[in-house]
Amino acid sequence: MALSRKTKDNLIRNAFFLTALSSIVALALIMIYLFVEGLPIFKVVSVTDFLFGNLWYPTSDPPEFGIFPLIAASLAVTVLSSAMAIPLGVMTAIYLAEISSRRTRNIFKPIVELLAALPSVVIGFFGMVVVAPFLQETFDLATGLNLFNAAVMLAFMSVPTICSVSEDAIYSVPPELKEASLALGATHFETIAKVVLPASLSGISTAVMLGMSRAIGETMVVLMVAGGAAMIPTSVFSPVRPMPSSIAAEMAEASFRGNHYRALFAIGIVLFLFTLVFNLVASHVAEKHKQVGAATL
Amino acid sequence: MKKLIGMIAAFLMLASTAFAETAIKVDGSTTVLPIMQKVVEAYMKAHPDVKISVSGGGSGNGIKALIDGATDLAMASRAMEQKEIDLAKTKNVAPNQIVCAIDAIVPVVNPANKLTETTLAQLKDLYMGKITSWKELGGEGPVVVISRDTSSGTYETWEGLVMKKERVFPGALMQASSGAVVQAVSKNKNAIGYVGIGYLDASTKGLKVDGVEPTAENAKSKKFPISRDLYLYTNGAPAGAVKGLVDFLLGAEGQKLVKEAGFVPLG
Repeated sequence: MALSRKTKDNLIRNAFFLTALSSIVALALIMIYLFVEGLPIFKVVSVTDFLFGNLWYPTSDPPEFGIFPLIAASLAVTVLSSAMAIPLGVMTAIYLAEISSRRTRNIFKPIVELLAALPSVVIGFFGMVVVAPFLQETFDLATGLNLFNAAVMLAFMSVPTICSVSEDAIYSVPPELKEASLALGATHFETIAKVVLPASLSGISTAVMLGMSRAIGETMVVLMVAGGAAMIPTSVFSPVRPMPSSIAAEMAEASFRGNHYRALFAIGIVLFLFTLVFNLVASHVAEKHKQVGAATL
Repeated sequence: MKKLIGMIAAFLMLASTAFAETAIKVDGSTTVLPIMQKVVEAYMKAHPDVKISVSGGGSGNGIKALIDGATDLAMASRAMEQKEIDLAKTKNVAPNQIVCAIDAIVPVVNPANKLTETTLAQLKDLYMGKITSWKELGGEGPVVVISRDTSSGTYETWEGLVMKKERVFPGALMQASSGAVVQAVSKNKNAIGYVGIGYLDASTKGLKVDGVEPTAENAKSKKFPISRDLYLYTNGAPAGAVKGLVDFLLGAEGQKLVKEAGFVPLG
């Protein structure tokens, strides 16, 4: 085969282009399917009634398709789990990147990342059989399967993502910046708080957004430990039903292309829009606070 | 997001297999669906030449499909209404009713709960959120009501036989399978749930309803109030491949699968 270098080059380039394209095509097809299957529900129920309706009785007669309690549950779970996971993840990252010895870092970081390898069903099972009875006993609750339990389990899952990505960002802050700060007489703490953190803000925000979109889209854990009551939460110990758990629990038996099935797809659209917004915000923040190298400062 | 994509992909695959070319079509009640799926799986293994597609569109849709000639076998968790029988006659369809299994749903509480019996009226009030404390029934602690997801056949039976047109209140905790209900009730001393009679074991306590023990015998004699027959409907007496399937389901092997699916076998 006497292919010229140029032809080879082109071949390889095109092969890679096709590979890149395939995932875009797959994504586009799934999106189209999602919208085609979900949108017809809005002939039966108006968008406002769907998004802000308080009752979710998809199979009763007449059915009610209000998903507001589901949206509220998803947001509540995400916010509460982020409130736990962000400080934990970011502070662990700071410790590992800036304070700990190299040896400690080499031991700790892989272990934290290993947490991310735990299958979500295992975390869910742990929440169901260990954490739920514990919460119920300790706080004298009616049930341990609730918002708080779900948030703790989701925090477990987002900490490794947040920690690992933030740690990389903090670790890659150019040493010149730190050295300059220290030379000007700033303490170690001041250097971390006023120089290192601002410089790695873009990476940390990306980490946080990744962690949050993991929490909002997570299905198995919330299905197992959130309780599943389609009510707007009134306390951190209220049982809730986030959007993914409704889809997972009901899709299997919803009649094919019926209104219930379409409503579940429409929930999928809402969920998709939420994660899309998270990702857009993340890339916007990452762009805005981009650290463009020591020379520019 | 990844999970969602995965789920949709899995669903697509399921949907496409349901469209495969088939000789027998079965449609109807989601309550009967788990029995039919087990039976069809076993039957097709023994008869690889017969292709059977099963879908669960609900009793009403199944009967409608039978009347329209869109399905060969309709599954129903209720007897056909007079209106439906009349409609069938106008389309020259002669619905033939076959009882294939008995469904009994048992209310269960945690073994630590002192309650041993209840009434249909109390169950309805519990599931409407009117009774919120076990004190009202002679126990102690708040009531935690556990229900199945609304699209399950078990929920449908419960709604039909206990709730009688009322809705289960939104505060009920939803579980996605009978196994999960058992798990949740066994871990929570305040909980009440309901499962098919096949799911009763030592980890939960089945309650007497209106003074009747939840046993297979009482379900068969219909003394147990939350029990009912499950039906198959064919157009005329079953013949050919449909007869083969129905006979298999009513035979010893099929009835064993009925029991495995958590229902009460006939006979």
